[in-house]
Amino acid sequence: MTALLELRDVHTYIGQFHILQGMSLRADQGQVTVLLGRNGAGKTTTLRTILGLTPPRAGQVMLGGQSIAGLPTHAIAGRGIGYVPEDRGVFTDLTVEENLVISERGQGDLAGKADFIFGLFPDLKRLSRLKGGQLSGGQQQMLALARVLVPDNRLILIDEPTKGLAPILVEQVMAALHNLKSAITVLLVEQNFTVARGIGDHCYIVDAGQVVHSGPMKEIAADEGLIQRYLGAGG
Amino acid sequence: MSLEAIVSIIIQGLTLGMLYFLIAAGLSLIFGLMDVLNFAHGAIFMVGAYVATTVYYDLGGGQFGAYLPPPLAPTLLKLGLKGGVALVADSNVRFVIALLAGGLVGVGLGALIEWSMIRPLYKRPIFQILLTLGLAYVLSELVRNIWGFNPYNLEKPAALAQSVEVVERMVPYYKFFLIALGCVLFIVVYALLQRTRLGIIIRAGVQNSEMVQALGINVRRVFTVVFALGAGLAAFGGAAAAPFVGVSPLMGMSFQLSAFIVVVIGGMGSIPGAAVGSLLVGLAQAFAAYRLSPLVANAILVGLMGLVLLIKPAGLFGAKKEGGH
Repeated sequence: MTALLELRDVHTYIGQFHILQGMSLRADQGQVTVLLGRNGAGKTTTLRTILGLTPPRAGQVMLGGQSIAGLPTHAIAGRGIGYVPEDRGVFTDLTVEENLVISERGQGDLAGKADFIFGLFPDLKRLSRLKGGQLSGGQQQMLALARVLVPDNRLILIDEPTKGLAPILVEQVMAALHNLKSAITVLLVEQNFTVARGIGDHCYIVDAGQVVHSGPMKEIAADEGLIQRYLGAGG
Repeated sequence: MSLEAIVSIIIQGLTLGMLYFLIAAGLSLIFGLMDVLNFAHGAIFMVGAYVATTVYYDLGGGQFGAYLPPPLAPTLLKLGLKGGVALVADSNVRFVIALLAGGLVGVGLGALIEWSMIRPLYKRPIFQILLTLGLAYVLSELVRNIWGFNPYNLEKPAALAQSVEVVERMVPYYKFFLIALGCVLFIVVYALLQRTRLGIIIRAGVQNSEMVQALGINVRRVFTVVFALGAGLAAFGGAAAAPFVGVSPLMGMSFQLSAFIVVVIGGMGSIPGAAVGSLLVGLAQAFAAYRLSPLVANAILVGLMGLVLLIKPAGLFGAKKEGGH
């Protein structure tokens, strides 16, 4: 399996706090890699570090075999990384269509993929004139996911896509993620283990800013003791 | 109050409001997008007025070189552009060129300031405030050194020099020109923000510039463009204001204060907010100046700003800011 993304012994600080303390992981091409862990374990900081929003102080971040650590965020994203943050990052004053247009990196990106994107998220076509702020939480999540599909991204980083959503919306987001899975490599942060188990191929358990356990999702899911110890939840 | 007085106040208020819009629009976008409180904006407004005045008179052959600093004047005189020879005889054409020159110098100055001084200080906002405050003084002193301490009058071009009677009062054409100019520039800026990709990026950046970067957009480059355009609008406004308020090293200060009030009332980063705020401030100022005194008018405006800050801190049209840069 080819590693599309690789972190080697990454250390990241937020102010004086040492958040990532030697984070190492890889996301393989065409797979959904899941980061699991309690609140404050360093999962979101890992995604922000990859994207350069919270740059690492030490260690290597490689995308497709090339180092991206230290590059400005826009340059990292421009190399083919899409990001769906925990708060979805939808521009609430922009229409749905404008939220998609702004994601274009080349002329006509959206036009060329409109069928694919609106096929995955049919509601968005109907809602295209509405402002992002007028959408429900689930619709905003669909928009955030659709937005990373507009340019030719190689990897998408998704931070807790089901957080704060009603169960029926979680199912919708799950279905969308299943559809995405066939099209793109995903690094997913998820606290909902049921969601993670349903979609992940490989799993890293993160605690205190480093990986404490990793393996295929099936193996991790079968180890209830491990799940209880690090996530405090059963399958 | 008589009908004539009401009409007079409205015209005066609209005229002031449009000038405030030209300076507040850039101020609002620069703060909304970049979190930069640009205290040098008023000085750029003033520079626009001086540049326009210089270009207008020099192209007319009146006193070519008299307004230019010593190293420039002799050089240009050698090129054959000397006093007494009108390069552009038509005052209307000269005036248009002067306005554009004022605006363009503002664009260049804005780009230079952002690139050389603001950019290294994005992570140190307090330093930015000190820098732009200092810059305002530097520009003001520079202007005094180049053009001297005395105020100038920029004459109105022939087409706008007359007045027209409105409800038994003579109103200069120039006031109507300023109102129309403000409306046109509002439409242009609004269309730029609503109809172009750059506009979408700016509006998104005002809300969450971090997310804009995460989409692969070089926000810093957009910052430079916005700072330059904002400075250009202010300088253009200064050029347009010159025949209305006169040209002096202090002209930017009072306009800047009013523009800050406009931006607070209208909401940071909102062009419709800047337009509505400008009209409110212009009309309130004209009314208070007529009924009370200009000083009391300013005090009332500052009080109004305080009230808005207490009741609706984001301003009438301001959006909530999410991710910084």
